[in-house]
This record gives sequence, C-alpha cells and structure tokens, in this order.
Amino acid sequence: MAQTRATIRTAQKVSGPSFFQQPIHPLSAISVNDFPVAEVRRILRSADALEKDDPLRRMKHLAKRRVALLFYEASTRTRTSFELAAKALGADTTLVSSLSSSIEKGESLKDTGITLKALGAECIILRSPYSGAPYVLARATGLPVLNAGDGMAEHPSQALLDLRTMLQFLGMHAGAIGEKCLRGVTVTICGDVLHSRVARSNALLLPRLGAKVILCGPPALLPETAAAMGPGIAIERDFEAALRRSQIVMMLRIQAERLAGLELDADEYRNRYQANAERMATHAPKALVMHPGPIIRGMEIVSEVADGPMSAIAQQVANGVPVRMALVARALATLKGGRR
Amino acid sequence: MKPLLIRGGRVIDPADGLDAPRDVLLREGKVAAIEKPGQIRAKDAEIFDAKGLVVAPGFIDIHVHLREPGQGYKETIATGTAAAAAGGFTTVCAMPNTIPVNDTPETTLWMQAPERCASARVDPIGAATRGSMGETLTDYAALKDAGAVAVTDDGKPILGDAIMLEALRAAAAVGLPVIQHAEDTRLTGGCSMNAGVLAFRLGLRGMPVEAESGLVERDIALVRRVKNAHLHVAHLSTKKALDAVRAARKSGLHVTCEVTPHHFALTEERIGHYDTNAKMNPPLRAESDRAAMIEGLLDGTVDAIATDHAPHAAHEKEQEFDRAPNGITGLESALGLAISILHARHRMPLSKVLALLSSKPAQTLGLTGRGSLAIGLAADVVIFDPAEQWVFRAADSRSKSKNTPFDGWQMQGRVKLTVSEGRVVFRA
Repeated sequence: MAQTRATIRTAQKVSGPSFFQQPIHPLSAISVNDFPVAEVRRILRSADALEKDDPLRRMKHLAKRRVALLFYEASTRTRTSFELAAKALGADTTLVSSLSSSIEKGESLKDTGITLKALGAECIILRSPYSGAPYVLARATGLPVLNAGDGMAEHPSQALLDLRTMLQFLGMHAGAIGEKCLRGVTVTICGDVLHSRVARSNALLLPRLGAKVILCGPPALLPETAAAMGPGIAIERDFEAALRRSQIVMMLRIQAERLAGLELDADEYRNRYQANAERMATHAPKALVMHPGPIIRGMEIVSEVADGPMSAIAQQVANGVPVRMALVARALATLKGGRR
Repeated sequence: MKPLLIRGGRVIDPADGLDAPRDVLLREGKVAAIEKPGQIRAKDAEIFDAKGLVVAPGFIDIHVHLREPGQGYKETIATGTAAAAAGGFTTVCAMPNTIPVNDTPETTLWMQAPERCASARVDPIGAATRGSMGETLTDYAALKDAGAVAVTDDGKPILGDAIMLEALRAAAAVGLPVIQHAEDTRLTGGCSMNAGVLAFRLGLRGMPVEAESGLVERDIALVRRVKNAHLHVAHLSTKKALDAVRAARKSGLHVTCEVTPHHFALTEERIGHYDTNAKMNPPLRAESDRAAMIEGLLDGTVDAIATDHAPHAAHEKEQEFDRAPNGITGLESALGLAISILHARHRMPLSKVLALLSSKPAQTLGLTGRGSLAIGLAADVVIFDPAEQWVFRAADSRSKSKNTPFDGWQMQGRVKLTVSEGRVVFRA
C-alpha cells in the first residue's frame, strides 16, 4: 500500500523552455555579430593553417564526422565550397535540397532538421530564402548551424571570405585582425543593397574592424534607414563620388527574384551604378573590385572590369574553401584555441 | 444556481463612479444588491471573502478570435472563453474570420448556442462583406437580429472607397458600428513587421506606418459623408493613426478606437532573433508609437483595451518568421499588463483602467446591460488582487494555444474569481 502511494504523484504540468527560449548552439555561425573580433581573427588564422595543412593529414580533422547541407535555394559557390571544405577535413557530407527531398511534400524546416539530426548530422549548413531561418533550425535541433545565406538577412561566411580577400589585397595577415586593423580603409558596396544578405553581413562586420562602409544605390534598392543599421555606415547616392573615396568596391547583383514587383529602368541603372571600364579608370583605378556572385555581365559590371587586373572575384571564390573549412572545424569543435 | 455574496471587497464600478468597500449579492444571474459591508443578509448564499481584493464588472473584450467554426485545433469557443474567464473577461466579441467566414445569421447563432459550452458571453461580430471578400455587403439587419454587435472584415481591410461607404451607410441604417482593420494592403505585400531600421537589419519587409494611418484617414473622410455612421478602428498601433482619430473626434465624428496590451507593452525590438510570438498584424511598432498608445490611453482618445486574442498552434508558429501566421493570445495577460504598465508605471487610476476593460468597451459597441454592476444587470463580475505579483506562464494557459510573447513575465494584478451571469467560471 505504502509503495503504491509513493508512486502516485500529483499531476504537474511539466514544461521545458518554449521553442523560442531554446538555446542556439554557441558554435553556430548565423550572424557576423556572433563573432567578437578575436573570434574573427581565430577563424581566419585557422583558415590559413588548414589551407597550408597537408591534404592527407587534414582529412583526419573530421574523419567520418557527419555534416549535412540543407539548401532551399539555388547555389553554386557557397554550396560547392562548403561541401569541398567539409570533405577536405574528412567529413561525410550529404546534400538535401528542396527539389529532391520531402521538403517538396511540405515537411517543415523543424522536422527536416530533426530528421537530419536523427540520421547523425552533427552540424547543418543551411541556405534558406527566409530571413532568420537558421535560428529556427538551431532551436529545433540544438546543433551548430552554419548560415549559408538566409533570405535578405545575412551571409556570414561570405563576409569572412570577403575579409580574407581584402586583407590579402592590403598585404595584411590574419593575425593582424583587430578593432582598428582596417582604419583608413573605405569599402563601397554598390547595387541592390536592400535585398542583399552579403551587403548586410559586410556592413555589420567591416566597421567593427575600423573600416568605413559606403552604401551606394538608388533609393528603391537602398532605403535611407540602411545607414542606421550600425556604426561606420554612410550612404552616397553618387557612385563616382563613392568610388573616389574607396580602396575597395563591392558590386552587387540586382536580385530579380526578390524585387517583389519593383520596377527598375535598367538603362538608367547602368548609367548611374555600373562598374564599367571608363568609370573605374577615372575614379578608382587602384581600387580592388569584388563581387559575391553570381555576376550579371553587362548589368552591374562589365567584362573588362570583372576580368580585369583589379578584379578579385575568382579569388573571393577560392577563399571560400579555407574560410568554410575553418567554420566547419569550429562548429565541430576541433579548432585550435576555439571555444568549446 | 446558489446566490453568491461577495463580502468585504473594494467595489469599483466605473460606470457610476463607485469606488468603496461594499458587499455584493448575486442572485439568479443578476446583481441583486450592493450595500455597505455587513448590510446584506442572505442565509442561502455562498460567501466569497473579498477582503483586500477589488470587485469590478466583468471585463469585455471587443476583439477576439475564437477560431470556431473551422479551426478547432487552434481554439474552440469553449477553450477560448475558458481563457477569457481566467483573464477576468465575461464578454468577448468574436471576429468573423472563421471557416466559413461568419457572414450569415446561421453562423452567428451557431456561435452563441449553448452547445458551444462557453464560459463567457459570446457576442459575434458579423462579416461586413460576403466571405470578407470586400465586394458585396452582407445582410446587416439579419446579422444584427441574430446577435451580431458590429460588422467587420477583420484581418482583411475593406479597401474600396465605394464598398466602405456602402458599409458605413448600411451599418448606420441598422445602428451597427463598422470595425476596420486599418491596413492598406497595397503597401504591405510580403511584409511581416514594422518598417524601419530593424526590419532592414533583419532582412524582413516592413509595413509602413502610413499603411495604417492612410486607411484611417480615408475612412474618416468617408464617415463625414454618412449621417450617424460609427467607425471603430481595431487594434490601432501608430501615433499617426491615433492623431487622425483624435482630430476626427474633435470635429464631432463618431470615430472610436481600441489598443491592444501588446501595442502598449512592447516594441518591435521584442522580435529578437525572429521570435514569431512577436509577430502580429498590425506589427509591434517603434518606441515612439508605443509611447503614443500610452498617451492615448491616458488622455481618453482610446476607448477600449482589446486583446486581439489570436491563438495559433505551436507547429504554425515554430516556423520561419515570414511563414508563421500573425497573432498572439492575450486574454489571460491583459489585466496583468494593464495594471503593471498603465496603473503601476503610468499612475492611471485603477477605476480608469477598469473602465477601459468594461464600461467603455461596452459603450463603444453599444452592448447594453453589461459593463456595470448596477442592480438588475447581468451578474458579470471579476474579483482580483490589484497588488499581487505573479509570473505569467504560457503553459498554464486555458487557451488551446500558447503563442504569447509574455511567457515568464512578472505581472501585477491577478484574477481570483470570475462570475458570468451568476455562474462561477473561474476560481484561482
């Protein structure tokens, strides 16, 4: 009798933290604001080290660890370089894309994440057309989530590889990264800033390293409020004036898929904002020309500039692999000196 | 039903300016007597000791979504009104965006039927246009006869000038208010939050303030053209729209408005890392707009606190921000927020807070016989501790859904007993 009684407990509502109170894994990379400056330095130093590492030895870092790539949007550069990065470290990778999976049948992001975790994924690399999607996935799985681009919000790995490209151009080592390392450097980001996650991640990261960021574009693609996003950001509508002040220029594609009914006069846009040979030669002949891709030749940039001596476009792509190796290694906590 | 004698409480009845220690006797579903302490003799009555507590008219929420018919997985009339009772509400006005849309007397009657097992009075609001499609008016006289207390296409604004004018005329003819969800949807396509720097930073499309104020201004211009028209602006959220209402009223027009607790308690910052429990329509706004809502409540421009209680299932909210539905629950956190913020922080007298929750909403929608403790009126009573500090837990909610941004909030003011037409429907 006493025993029976002991097993009877008052009915109590047992409730854990609600979904939106679930913690985000600290080794996730969702926003550039997740990284203190010292962490940025550690990641890019790790990228250097992993790049130099012997390929066979490198394979042992994450041998047989499982990394899932979950892509709800088309991607060439980001997907391939994340995949090559994970494989270079020895990890098994699997790609789930929206067109060849149960996502087509209406499976939610939460359930897709739970499924990938049950299959042994230890880290998920996510690209989504929805801003903030990585937080949903991180809360649902508890796994480190690497943001490979979410809607119009952020693309932190791109900002880190862009930073690596800029440092190479400026002749600086990753070890020099600090709060003032880019003092005196002005970076113009020109084009469809409104829809660009690359622009947001760069504009949030670069001023924290001492750089000035100039945003340039027509009001329809660059609202005035953009300058208030963070410190060290200014708006200049005159592209040529911006060029004259810049050491580095980042051109952006007009994201036709996100224009949502907005109509633009393409000729007028080219006249004012295109990076063409004459404009670059006149106003910023020594500036590094960057572009996160995909580029639309003849629209925001012409071939002479994209393929010219000041172009870093291919180098940016190449920098994708070591930077993403560092992020994947960090997520699986094998990064030397990284947080555990 | 046994009579109930509420003894020793501080009775606040804003409708007749009463704020004094009184005993209250409820008998046969009506307020039977209100006397100085110790004066009422009722041997057969159950006695409730209200010492240290406030006794007030049951609250009236003129804006709730009970989800029935059609979406019982989010809420039913039974669970929604149970939540209402737990929050001190004894009357709720049910919005017509059900499935099917409540655009007929049949659905209006169905919502009020005893089979719904409601714990509070349900006053349906009928659709202003058939299917809320904004094209053809519904039969306002028939809806009113069936019990509808207003017409609206809530969730979908009535955009066309001609149809809105027609709605105001037809509603004025039968003496119903037209409630407008003021959002110019031509300016808010794909938007999921307030426009501004935070929306830009988060990569979300923002609804401009003008989408609300522009439609309010348009509606006011139409009201000028219709004799006896009454426009009620639902869940007003911007300073600009509030200013328009204030000016319209000064010029003698019958324009009223309500504000939700979340719009006077929160700003868009609450979205944090894309928390969909901070996603609703109208969206949480900037601090200047929040401050304007407080000001409007304090100066009397705002006629009612209404919750826009909008339950959604967990799986619907645990999604990407743009994909999650708009809305939060609100019935059980309304009193705590009103007392904590309006009374404790902004020094609004308790009687004024209670007026915004009872007599004024009743007056706004013309609900007669409610919102006061006058003898002979329905025995709709709330008893609460105005000083008790407590923590609101979503998990404890009577609502079927738990989508609230106030989970874990410390609040002042807690409901102890709710009586609906003489029946105890909630006891803490």
